[in-house]
Amino acid sequence: MNGARVEFRGLRRRFGSTVALDGLDLTVEPGELIALLGPSGCGKTTALRCLAGFEQPDEGEVLVDGADITRVPANRRDAGMVFQSYSLFPNLNARDNVAFGMRVRKVPAARRHARARELLELVGLPSVGDRYPHQLSGGQQQRVALARALALEPRVLLLDEPLSALDAKVRVSLREEIRRLQLSLGITTIFVTHDQEEALSMADRVAVLREGRLEQVADPATLYDRPATPFVAEFVGAMNHLPGLVSGDRVTVFGQTLPVEGPVPDAAPVDVLVRPEAVLVTPDGEGGGIVMVSSFRGSTARLRVRLGDGTEVLADVPGHDSVRFAPGTAVRVGLVERPVLVSARTEAHTEAGAAAAVPEPDVV
Amino acid sequence: MRDSRTRSKSRWAAAPLLVFVAVVFGVPLLVLLGGTFTKEGTFSTANLTESLQGAYLTALIGSVKLSALVAVLGAVLGTFLAQAVVTSRFRALREGVLTASGVLANFGGVPLAFAWIATLGNAGVVTTTLGLGGHGWSLYNFWGLTLVYLYFSIPLQVLTVVPALDGLRPQWREAAQNNGASTWQFWRYVGIPVLTPALLGGAVLLFGGAFSAYATAQAMVGSTVPLVTLKIADALTGNVLIGHENVALALSLDMIVVAGLVMAVYLPLQRRSARWLR
Repeated sequence: MNGARVEFRGLRRRFGSTVALDGLDLTVEPGELIALLGPSGCGKTTALRCLAGFEQPDEGEVLVDGADITRVPANRRDAGMVFQSYSLFPNLNARDNVAFGMRVRKVPAARRHARARELLELVGLPSVGDRYPHQLSGGQQQRVALARALALEPRVLLLDEPLSALDAKVRVSLREEIRRLQLSLGITTIFVTHDQEEALSMADRVAVLREGRLEQVADPATLYDRPATPFVAEFVGAMNHLPGLVSGDRVTVFGQTLPVEGPVPDAAPVDVLVRPEAVLVTPDGEGGGIVMVSSFRGSTARLRVRLGDGTEVLADVPGHDSVRFAPGTAVRVGLVERPVLVSARTEAHTEAGAAAAVPEPDVV
Repeated sequence: MRDSRTRSKSRWAAAPLLVFVAVVFGVPLLVLLGGTFTKEGTFSTANLTESLQGAYLTALIGSVKLSALVAVLGAVLGTFLAQAVVTSRFRALREGVLTASGVLANFGGVPLAFAWIATLGNAGVVTTTLGLGGHGWSLYNFWGLTLVYLYFSIPLQVLTVVPALDGLRPQWREAAQNNGASTWQFWRYVGIPVLTPALLGGAVLLFGGAFSAYATAQAMVGSTVPLVTLKIADALTGNVLIGHENVALALSLDMIVVAGLVMAVYLPLQRRSARWLR
């Protein structure tokens, strides 16, 4: 199987008064796994469906290896798709589901059954061929759906939130399985998800969409460490909004002066965006901070610390340190010396005061 | 221990229903069997033999033909109508058709016959307005009766099959397309097989409705179209010959056997078509 190069060019799609895609431009390289990430309604599924042929864009083009397939019917596109909910045909057993595309193409029964067996082995289900979909678990059904999507050796694999209906443990194992298969087959894969952990752990690159537009596309590490916009910073991982004062290309926050990453707003008072893992916490009776809540997460513990001026900060500490930071412990808070992203101080934060520095009060 | 006690209590809860079934179905069946096999006070199969000869046999065959035709046509046309309604973007159309189907599926008997007689009978409004009589039109024959039976059978099929059509997930169609299937191939390999249990169930329901209908046919065609239910009524009331009450019971037994045969064909087909549900 060879991967194809996929291009979305100026894709626009409107549903009534709702704009699902607003000029999406994105190129997916051959053999790459790209995740389309974004909140509900950002247009990620619409983009995928335009590529699959289930939606027609109002404007723009979809190209596969340079060929415009925008108006090609869905049943003539060289793309296999795994759907969000279980889409196996209920009247066919697992083997016949996998062999469906070959049956449609009139491949002789013996050959298509042999190929179906091969694919079921590939997805780790060699013995479920005779079972009907309702006799399979959710994870098994999605594996069979994956085998079915690969049966016709498509050049593009489309995954529309295929793990969202599965329990956490199965989700993790199946995403590793998908990645392993994708790498071994070298197939270009577009994976739609709203789960940032899924996107960051699986994809070569992650494209963050917002209101039908591409906000940023980058490899997971860059996206996390150097978000291009406050929206990306907010959407990918937890983020503190700390009050700071800009001076030139540096910003002062908690008495520390740090270099500013990216554009600097005109106004001096800004929100400094800092990840919880970039916040340093040390037990100190004179530190001026109090641990309000400590939430143990295994390898890490997340603390909610209230400072003397009422500002609340989220901080991650190693899990084994959580006993040292029980609620009520007096601490000192500092920041890791590295460039930070800043944004214009928002009205809400200014009005709500320093306590609003942590955007999601239920994070801890 | 506790489970078995609970189970025996559950059985007692079903007792009123069982008593009802025994009284309403069991007792008439015993009377029917007793009468069928009694001639002049002694055990005999003469009534049964007579019920399967001459005009009685013709009527039985006529009823089976009419019911089978209504079942097939009603199932096909009702399914197409239901599909049109389910896929319509107009919610009002769907609600309107379903409400009308609920009413029309229960429209039967003499009122139905007179509605049609007044509309398309020899002196019906439409017949006279369009001058259909001059073109050989008659409602009072086999085909006219078929048309009238379809009037309540199609809505009944719509009501039966709409839930099944609603259950066809859009993802199945998209998955089929994604695997290269055309619309016809989707219906052939997925849509129709998934719907088959509901379609068969609907067809059997229509067959039963048409097979047992009496009042509409009596009011419309009298003895013009030979039907078993009309023959039973004639024999019971002594309309043509007196002393044939037990032949009427034998004809009723014939009807039960026909219904049993239909079920004998239906059940294996249904089981086969629904094996993926088990």
